[in-house]
Amino acid sequence: MYKNLKWKALLVAVIMVVSIVYLLPSLRIYSMSPQKKASLPADEMGRLRDKALKLGLDLQGGMYLVLEVDKTGLKENEIADAVDRAMEILRNRTDPSGLREPIIQKQGENRIVIQLPGLFDTERAKALIQQTALLEFVVVSTPDETKELLDKLDAFIAQRVPAVRDTAQYPYFDPAKPISSRMLTIELGGVFFGEEDAPDVQKFIQEAGADSLLPIDARLAWSAETEFFQERPGQILYFLKKKPELTGADVATARVAIGLDSEKPNASGVTMNLTRAGSTIFSRVTGANIGKQLAIVLDGRVRSAPVIKTKIPRGEASITGNFTDKQATDLSIVLKAGALPAPLSIMEERTVGPSLGQDSIAKGMTAGLVGALLVVAFMCIYYRLSGILAIFAMVLNVWLLLAGLVAIPMALGTGPGTLTLPGIAGIILTIGMSVDANVLIFERIREELRTGKTVARSIEYGYQRAFRTILDSNVTTLISSAVLYQFGTGPIKGFAVTLSIGLIANMFTAVFVTKLIYDGIVSRRRLESISI
Amino acid sequence: MGARKYAYAFSVILLVATVGNLVVQRGPKLGVDFTEGTVIEVRLTPREPADKVRSALDKAGIRQAEIQSVGAEGDYLFRFQQAITKGDPFVSIKEAIQEEMPGTEVVLRRAETVGAKIGKELIGKATWAVLFALGGILIYVGLRYEFIFAVGAVISLFHDVIITLGIMTLLGKEFTLTVLAALLTIAGYSINDTIVVFDRIREQSRLLKRESLKDVIDLSVNQTLSRTILTSFTVILTVLALLVLGGEVIRDFALCMLIGVGFGTYSSTYVASALALDIHGPGSKGMRK
Repeated sequence: MYKNLKWKALLVAVIMVVSIVYLLPSLRIYSMSPQKKASLPADEMGRLRDKALKLGLDLQGGMYLVLEVDKTGLKENEIADAVDRAMEILRNRTDPSGLREPIIQKQGENRIVIQLPGLFDTERAKALIQQTALLEFVVVSTPDETKELLDKLDAFIAQRVPAVRDTAQYPYFDPAKPISSRMLTIELGGVFFGEEDAPDVQKFIQEAGADSLLPIDARLAWSAETEFFQERPGQILYFLKKKPELTGADVATARVAIGLDSEKPNASGVTMNLTRAGSTIFSRVTGANIGKQLAIVLDGRVRSAPVIKTKIPRGEASITGNFTDKQATDLSIVLKAGALPAPLSIMEERTVGPSLGQDSIAKGMTAGLVGALLVVAFMCIYYRLSGILAIFAMVLNVWLLLAGLVAIPMALGTGPGTLTLPGIAGIILTIGMSVDANVLIFERIREELRTGKTVARSIEYGYQRAFRTILDSNVTTLISSAVLYQFGTGPIKGFAVTLSIGLIANMFTAVFVTKLIYDGIVSRRRLESISI
Repeated sequence: MGARKYAYAFSVILLVATVGNLVVQRGPKLGVDFTEGTVIEVRLTPREPADKVRSALDKAGIRQAEIQSVGAEGDYLFRFQQAITKGDPFVSIKEAIQEEMPGTEVVLRRAETVGAKIGKELIGKATWAVLFALGGILIYVGLRYEFIFAVGAVISLFHDVIITLGIMTLLGKEFTLTVLAALLTIAGYSINDTIVVFDRIREQSRLLKRESLKDVIDLSVNQTLSRTILTSFTVILTVLALLVLGGEVIRDFALCMLIGVGFGTYSSTYVASALALDIHGPGSKGMRK
């Protein structure tokens, strides 16, 4: 009856040793003081991190984004790899920006999931991710062409947009010339509108659909920032050639530079070096358009439109504006990474600030400890020495659960597992559930004892009879946590995983290990009574 | 089992009350996960009164936000009915508050935005998840025990889940992903107690071939009552610890679990086998398996 005890004990010992090996790096890394962490060499730290339990975004703070690639407006041949290209570009954008270990994954047909752990500047991250960063160099129409186009635009809009406007507020408004009557000046190829008129004009153009009905070779674009004419703030409407001469694809490198704009010597901007092919085109275009303006257009807005004074052979261009240092840095990053093939819209965002994450860890720990203590107290009072055995099994259960959390994903090749706040809840629930199996066994043993069986017999029967119940009840809980895993997003999955591992470990610790201990005792001496 | 009429009456009253309330309120109060919207939670140091925060946002033109004070630390929750996907709503809230209360530190606790499309998908997925879980349990219990008993068990699980959801709604709690997770856990856990009873019924059916099913069930329920209560008790201990000490994020989960485990214990004892008995009809003998 007790022949295999040694082998079983060996098996338990091996499992314990293996689980200790898996848990050691996590124990080391989370018990280290910040100073010690800083003093460790980077590669050793990295090796530890690769083996230690990770904390979910809800515990360490961070950002979780689901983006959808807007495929409308893409050509057929671009649709197929639009998502993959967008992911590649996002990777190139997030890598150099100092964001820690970004995780970028494809989800379904046209969604991308981005996880940014430990990120605090959410505004910056969103700007970095969502900016299309379509850069174009476009020749601006000459003043004569501009005037001609402006007349056409006036006629076009006068026909289509009801011109009744508040004439008391805008006495200069002429319904026959809805656009040009409101401009302040024409500067080369740009038409300047004051702050009070610009929104109306933008609305007229949009409502009439004028940007698409202009002559084939022209398009409209507004200035990106507030401009000034005789100290009056406003916006400039540019009449551009339709086809860009160069795009962001011709940019080789981009970097932050200061003092690019002589009017704003302290402002940051971005200097770009063009590729060799780009430089050749640039040199030809500048040579052919001396005296005209070349607009630098970013995401449909004109950043600047300097006049071409001479042919430029070097292939260097710059973007100026009211950038902060950070914005200029990020602009240089997105320009280097390239433009997104299609706009990305945010479908879902979940951000947890670091303070909430720390609170969650602290509170989770307290709740876990108190919950465990309550269970321990109850088991000791109700089952005496056997209760202590159940508690030993419970501790082992949680230990194996944590080791499994590290080891199972590692075995699947996805690196160590992640602990989330619902995961902590799963562990605490496991504490409560793990003793259930022992309660069932102990109750059964008590019952068998009452029928007058010997201690050894009662233990044997108790385990045998209770085992089926324990198996069935654990399987049903596993079924619902499998469903939860399938369905769940991020943190919920963490809950399903911890609960499942906990239940499986439970079968081992609460049934196998406790039985082994009983057998070990019973095989050595005949027990007259048992503390249960 | 003689008392099962009272148990049925109790369950029916509870079901009518909770389902009735759900119907009147047009379903559970859906959290941002299942609808659409943006939720921002911030902490202000030093603390500021709610009306001051409200007027600061008003002045900045952020009027569509519902403002709610949460927790004991002076946190505020801003809820927008529509998902804000352009710009950063936290930054606008921070700027609005600091404009009126310079020197106040505004720290982001959490921000959640769920677009309408995702919200709809999640509702569909959640419904399927509950059905799949119940279906899976029905099949497994049906295979291991008698099918009619499995039906009784799943109806009583459904009863637990609906009543728990109903009570959560009565308490004004929102239906979120966390609550869904709790409901599924309840479904998986509450069946445990039922299985303990079923197992005993099966065992007794073999021993007591002459007795009626009703007597077998009565005996089995009585014999297992103490362990049903004990196992639930240990789980309730840990759930209580979570509820009181686990912090705001986990509180709804724990509350939902507490209600669910409570009703699960009751329904395992009084509803699941009683239903199986009544489906079988009077005069039937033990569990066939």
